[in-house]
Amino acid sequence: MFKDLMDFLMNDFFITGDPLILGAQVSIGLSTVAIVIALTYFKKWRWLWTEWLTTVDHKKIGIMYVIAALLMLFRGGVDALLIRTQLAVPNLEFLHAGHYNAIFTTHGVIMILFMAMPLMFGLFNIVVPLQIGARDVAYPYLNSLSFWLFFFGAMLFNVSFVIGGSPDAGWLAYPPLSELSGSPGLGQDFYIWGIQISGIGSLASGINFVVTILKMRAPGMKLMQMPMFTWSVLSSSITIMFAFPILTVTLFLLFIDRYLGAHFFTLDGGGNPMMYINLIWMWGHPEVYIVILPAFGVFSDVVSTFSKKKLFGYKSMVFALMSISFFSFFTWAHHFFTMGSGANVNAFFAVTTMLIAIPTGVKVFNWLFTMFRGRITFSQPMLWTIAFIPCFVVGGMTGVMLSVAPADFQFHNSYFLIAHFHQVLIGGVVFGYFAGLYYWWPKMFGFKLHDGLGKWAFWLWNIGFYVCFMPQYALGLMGMTRRFNEYNFDMGWQPLNVVSTVGAFIMGLGFIFQVWQIAHSIKFLKKEKSGDAWGEGRTLEWSIPSPAPMYNFARLPEVTSSDEWWEEKQRRAQGVKPKPLAPLEPIHMPKNSGIPFIMSVCFFVAGFGFVWHWNWMIIPGLIGVGCCLLARSFDYDTDFYIPVDEIERTEAALKGGR
Amino acid sequence: MRKYIRFLVPLMIMLMAVMLSGCGDQYFVLDPKGPIGESQKDLIWITVLLCAIILVPVLILTAIIVWRYRDKKDNKSAYQPNWEHSTKLETIWWAIPIIIIAILAGITIKYTYDLEPSKPLESAKQPITIEATSLDWKWLFTYPDEGISTVNYVQIPEDTPIRFRVTADQAMNSFWIPQLGGQIYAMSGMAMTLYLQADEVGTFFGTGANFTGEQFAKMTFDVKSTSEADYKSWVDNVKSSAPALTDEGFEQLKQPGSSDEQFFSAFPEGLFDKVVLQYAGPNGAAAHEHGLKSGPVKDEEGGSHDTSSTEGTEHSSHAN
Repeated sequence: MFKDLMDFLMNDFFITGDPLILGAQVSIGLSTVAIVIALTYFKKWRWLWTEWLTTVDHKKIGIMYVIAALLMLFRGGVDALLIRTQLAVPNLEFLHAGHYNAIFTTHGVIMILFMAMPLMFGLFNIVVPLQIGARDVAYPYLNSLSFWLFFFGAMLFNVSFVIGGSPDAGWLAYPPLSELSGSPGLGQDFYIWGIQISGIGSLASGINFVVTILKMRAPGMKLMQMPMFTWSVLSSSITIMFAFPILTVTLFLLFIDRYLGAHFFTLDGGGNPMMYINLIWMWGHPEVYIVILPAFGVFSDVVSTFSKKKLFGYKSMVFALMSISFFSFFTWAHHFFTMGSGANVNAFFAVTTMLIAIPTGVKVFNWLFTMFRGRITFSQPMLWTIAFIPCFVVGGMTGVMLSVAPADFQFHNSYFLIAHFHQVLIGGVVFGYFAGLYYWWPKMFGFKLHDGLGKWAFWLWNIGFYVCFMPQYALGLMGMTRRFNEYNFDMGWQPLNVVSTVGAFIMGLGFIFQVWQIAHSIKFLKKEKSGDAWGEGRTLEWSIPSPAPMYNFARLPEVTSSDEWWEEKQRRAQGVKPKPLAPLEPIHMPKNSGIPFIMSVCFFVAGFGFVWHWNWMIIPGLIGVGCCLLARSFDYDTDFYIPVDEIERTEAALKGGR
Repeated sequence: MRKYIRFLVPLMIMLMAVMLSGCGDQYFVLDPKGPIGESQKDLIWITVLLCAIILVPVLILTAIIVWRYRDKKDNKSAYQPNWEHSTKLETIWWAIPIIIIAILAGITIKYTYDLEPSKPLESAKQPITIEATSLDWKWLFTYPDEGISTVNYVQIPEDTPIRFRVTADQAMNSFWIPQLGGQIYAMSGMAMTLYLQADEVGTFFGTGANFTGEQFAKMTFDVKSTSEADYKSWVDNVKSSAPALTDEGFEQLKQPGSSDEQFFSAFPEGLFDKVVLQYAGPNGAAAHEHGLKSGPVKDEEGGSHDTSSTEGTEHSSHAN
């Protein structure tokens, strides 16, 4: 019995026999032990539970999203460096083929779904309620559930690295390769359940922010007076609402194929793999706009703040955002022009894809003319924004080149494509979210990040980016296709691959500088006291102390302009007397709840059971989910009021701190 | 800030250099040896030029604006903190991309119909049919006209249209010979048609372009274009000297694994069609029934009719 168990553990359960994975297992084990010991030693378990795991405060949830995203950035980045190392030398034996395939698969999934998405939701959470003058999101409990579903989904996906085996059929898992016939291992099941569980969270977040923005704005704030970041969140969230159900259904059908032997996408029994490819891109293409739109929002806010000037062409910007999210649903087939859909279909999707370039181009012009006749300060967020413009314009141009269907027959699946989407995803999304993190960091934590180290990180990332990805355009034209784990020396691909690998490591160095920057800034912490950390804040989040008190606004602000705080400061400078303060009233707040955490654990348990086909785990897991739903339904004690005297004490303490 | 501009200029030069040096013979896509690849290369350059109309001014404008309006005490350029709208300017930059995209869209639509992969090439010569099957993890080529078969190697006569019919036994792949022209997906249960032609003698790189699993990287092959006479003698040579591919041999070839170049003097009758139809059982889906009703094999050609079809039974109407 014991021997059977050990056999199972060593042969099937844990991945054994690979030094890299053994290293990961050991380090995961050691860091878990270290965390447990530290929490016990410092008696922080209660603090962890009451302050973080059960919180429904959007600011804390946002911080947890950011931390999780940065951890995932590390994991995805290590994957990237492994890939680049393998490709630096022809026929290198560093990673064997199966391992290489697993690594590029997890790199893609993690970077898009478990890095970009949570970093985005982190910014949504931290910023949106503050920008629209709200005290929390519309559904704080659901918000917490969204986070924990994402977190445990991501953990379920990541655990496949050391237990059971990683997925290795590419980040979108095209069948028939991802069906049982092509991927009999457990990796693909981890893929399905990791993404499914976190996908429910993403959908709920999308709904949450649409409702928050539509219903929770401060008195007087019209839609056309919302800060541009809030607009971008609205367009992105609407896109989530329409796109994510497609993903859920698609993966569910794949799951039924694998688990119950259905034939939606199989080779035999009348299945049709092309259907999956259509469906997955009906989600997948909107998905890339989901992550880029909020980055556009960040750039809009940053560029106007650090040019000390109103955002140029506000209405055009709003129209551009909304039209991008609309058109994003009509471009999916450009991911498979080469699938033989015929000239009619290809021509249609080529043109719809090109159309996206129009609003995007307009946005670039509007950013440029926001800086035009402004006064530009080169703070860290602004540096990332300025670097974004040339990078994204070049990436956009190669995107237009790819959209030309007949030419795409030569670009498709080559490194030209790889270079393109990394240029828009790093140059656009990553630079954008970094700009946002640097910009709102003082609002989150009450201190700024060290400038010098940040500039080092900035230059390393930028130089590294071009060194890494420009050669890949050339490699694509040289016929190098994506997902090759090795190539022959006589292809002449090596020199550019070496350059590219060097670039990847420069970016890795940039990341290390950022970690150092954060550690250094915490160690030599300089409290930022004014609340308006950059001195040039324009929107409501800068009108309250940093970090914001749990209720955000002691009194809800009256809004008359899209740059309310900037206007208010102008009025004060001109000596206009501020309106007399209304008396404080008790503030209605949601109560913390442990149910989202517990429910997500139950989801994790059920998902893990589904992966292994263990009914003894699936059933209790699902029962647990059901019990949590019931418990919440019959829980009437979900909210409370903060009394006036407590608000007064908090406000006085915050003012005293200034 | 100067640092930034100093950095941007060499960057652009580097980019240009990469693009321009693309005329070297390693840049397959920019150094095509056939009519399809030639048209695609032209189209790529047209796109680059059209995009450059926006790209270059925007990059220059960015550098100038960022430099000119930097926040310095002695900066004398204008500062208008409340200037947020100009109908004239905004109309201009809605119009510029709209015009460029309209032009590009027109060109794209024309080329999309011209270069539809299943459209036969104009030529005085009859096209040669070569069937390409993606196996795990090697390419099997069968020459129905010549009765020979190869693995990971294709030989073709120059100046002759080649009608590739492409399918996959298992995972989806993509069939790509960059110097001859763009790729087409290889999908199980479907026969895709791709016309290519080599205008000169030479050896070209061919590859699978869509990930098929573990040893995907081994799925490269050489395409050798020779004179018609050399082609004929090569065929005769294979016929006389190579072994035949039997049904058992094919079963063995299907097993997952990579392979060197192989040559066969014969192959089982209708092997390609059998691979295409292998999943269309009595319970097959509508897609497969289409194929059954309309002949042995359904060609997935997206609407354009393949008039040069050598097999009379083949039906080439759009299957959807």
